Amino acid sequence: MSVELCGLQLAHPIVNGSGTFDAIAATRAFGDGLRSRFPFAAYVSKTITLEPRAGNPPSRLWEAPAGLINSIGLPNRGLHGYIAEDLPQLVGLTTTVGEGPDAKTWPVPVITNVMGSTAEELHALVEACEAHEEIAAIELNVSCPNVKTGLDIGADPVQLEAVVRAVRGATAKPLIVKLTPNTADVALCALGAQEGGADAVSLINTLRAMALAPTVNSEPPRRWLGGGTGGLSGPAIRPVALAQVAAVAARVSIPVIGMGGVQNATHARELMAVGARLVAVGTESFRDPSIGATIAREL
Amino acid sequence: MSEAPFARRLLSVTAVEELGAYRVLRVADPDEGGRGSIPKPGQFAMLSAAEHWGAEEGQRPFLARALSIARHSEGESHFLLEDVGPGTKRLCELRAGDGVWALGPLGRGFTPPSEGRRAVLVGGGVGIAPLAILQDELAGSVTVLLGFRDRAHAQGAALLDGARVATDDGSTGHHGLVTELLAADLERDPEAVVYACGPSGMLEGVRALCAERDVPAQLALEAGMACGFGACFGCVVEKRGGGYLRVCVDGPVVDAGELERVSEPVGGAEFGGPA
Repeated sequence: MSVELCGLQLAHPIVNGSGTFDAIAATRAFGDGLRSRFPFAAYVSKTITLEPRAGNPPSRLWEAPAGLINSIGLPNRGLHGYIAEDLPQLVGLTTTVGEGPDAKTWPVPVITNVMGSTAEELHALVEACEAHEEIAAIELNVSCPNVKTGLDIGADPVQLEAVVRAVRGATAKPLIVKLTPNTADVALCALGAQEGGADAVSLINTLRAMALAPTVNSEPPRRWLGGGTGGLSGPAIRPVALAQVAAVAARVSIPVIGMGGVQNATHARELMAVGARLVAVGTESFRDPSIGATIAREL
Repeated sequence: MSEAPFARRLLSVTAVEELGAYRVLRVADPDEGGRGSIPKPGQFAMLSAAEHWGAEEGQRPFLARALSIARHSEGESHFLLEDVGPGTKRLCELRAGDGVWALGPLGRGFTPPSEGRRAVLVGGGVGIAPLAILQDELAGSVTVLLGFRDRAHAQGAALLDGARVATDDGSTGHHGLVTELLAADLERDPEAVVYACGPSGMLEGVRALCAERDVPAQLALEAGMACGFGACFGCVVEKRGGGYLRVCVDGPVVDAGELERVSEPVGGAEFGGPA
């Protein structure tokens, strides 16, 4: 069930959500064999920022009903660390579809996810990615507050369009915009991204959420997550994802990568039925790292 | 039309009877005629079980729980369980014949002591688990010091051979902290390597004590983790010099020197608290 996305030929329609699978750490845990039987048809990196980030102080996780709230804070080596240390290890991932004489091996392209708090930062990141042929496509994380307005760049269609337009000229690679669900009208945001020159949109990112620490007696309430708030993922958000993917796919003409609470092939088919070209798996990979491959096989 | 009480009520099943391929559920309603109204023909009720409802597969517990392998022999892995939250509670309920999903073994383990150094195993509570398999692995004599809340918990010491025990309440063994036993032990013979696992307060005590005496120590840390293989970045602890270690892939066993101090727990195996 091979599929094409913005000129990339992929073995199947299942990829990982950014920040939900660390190919390098997974190889440490499960061995180098993983590199040639990668569970995803493309590898989407964790979010990369210009400067290194340590991430949020713990606690970073809260198990919610049928879901997970995370407040990780985008720890990463920074652009230069990513390009110098991570990217070389991400080259050459492959996946095999089919068995016996029908088996076909496909390259697993790298999609690098980047985030900046200004159009200038994003431009610099995109420009740097453009210079590396190992990077097949770029995904913009726009769930970052504008330093001036405090509003997430991706939450405002007008601002989003301007930012995408500002970085569009810096790359000829496919440019994917990862939309935030924490907005009034996600389809309008998707249209903004399309107007700005995006080649595809991906959604949904996590839903903003909060958890209070368990208290004893009359302790004052305290936020559990070190970052204060976090993002909710997992099956709890699947119906929201279905609605938002459907709304976006109905409005844009560019491909849609759908995600949110996918646990099996049925869930993936549902997202594709409402218009997703590719489906990303995130939280379910935490429970079973091979689930992407299982879903791809079942499709 | 008979009116219903404006709240769901907790009632008791009095009997379940087999009826061919069906079952008849009998539910007692002590308030019938009072708060509970008498149903009319054709009315129905919305029922749900009081237990294990809303906490089934896919809800809570939703993510797998990280548990040390306590022993491995003849194809069997042993785990030490304590019911401290929804995940461990469910695991405690498992009975012979039930299924369990497992991913692993994962993470970085203990490193054996260098030649001539004595291994001192220091455990606290359910954290004694990885020390048992370590004791199985280590040839020669090891010193085992274990701390528990009370006598009932201290029965867990049987998992290891030749343990000296401390309890918080003094109901058995040394009345006090296991780190007091460790201090006395290292006083007698400091040519040791300390292997410790337990609550963060105990681990910090072990770390400080070993740092003072320049005794190498390996600490097995606990943290709630969503994945166990480096993907979620949720299980971090602060490392010496800033930044964070992922307990799952950089640990769970770390050299004490990698940490400035052992920080407060971030939810243990049951991240997200007990509810």
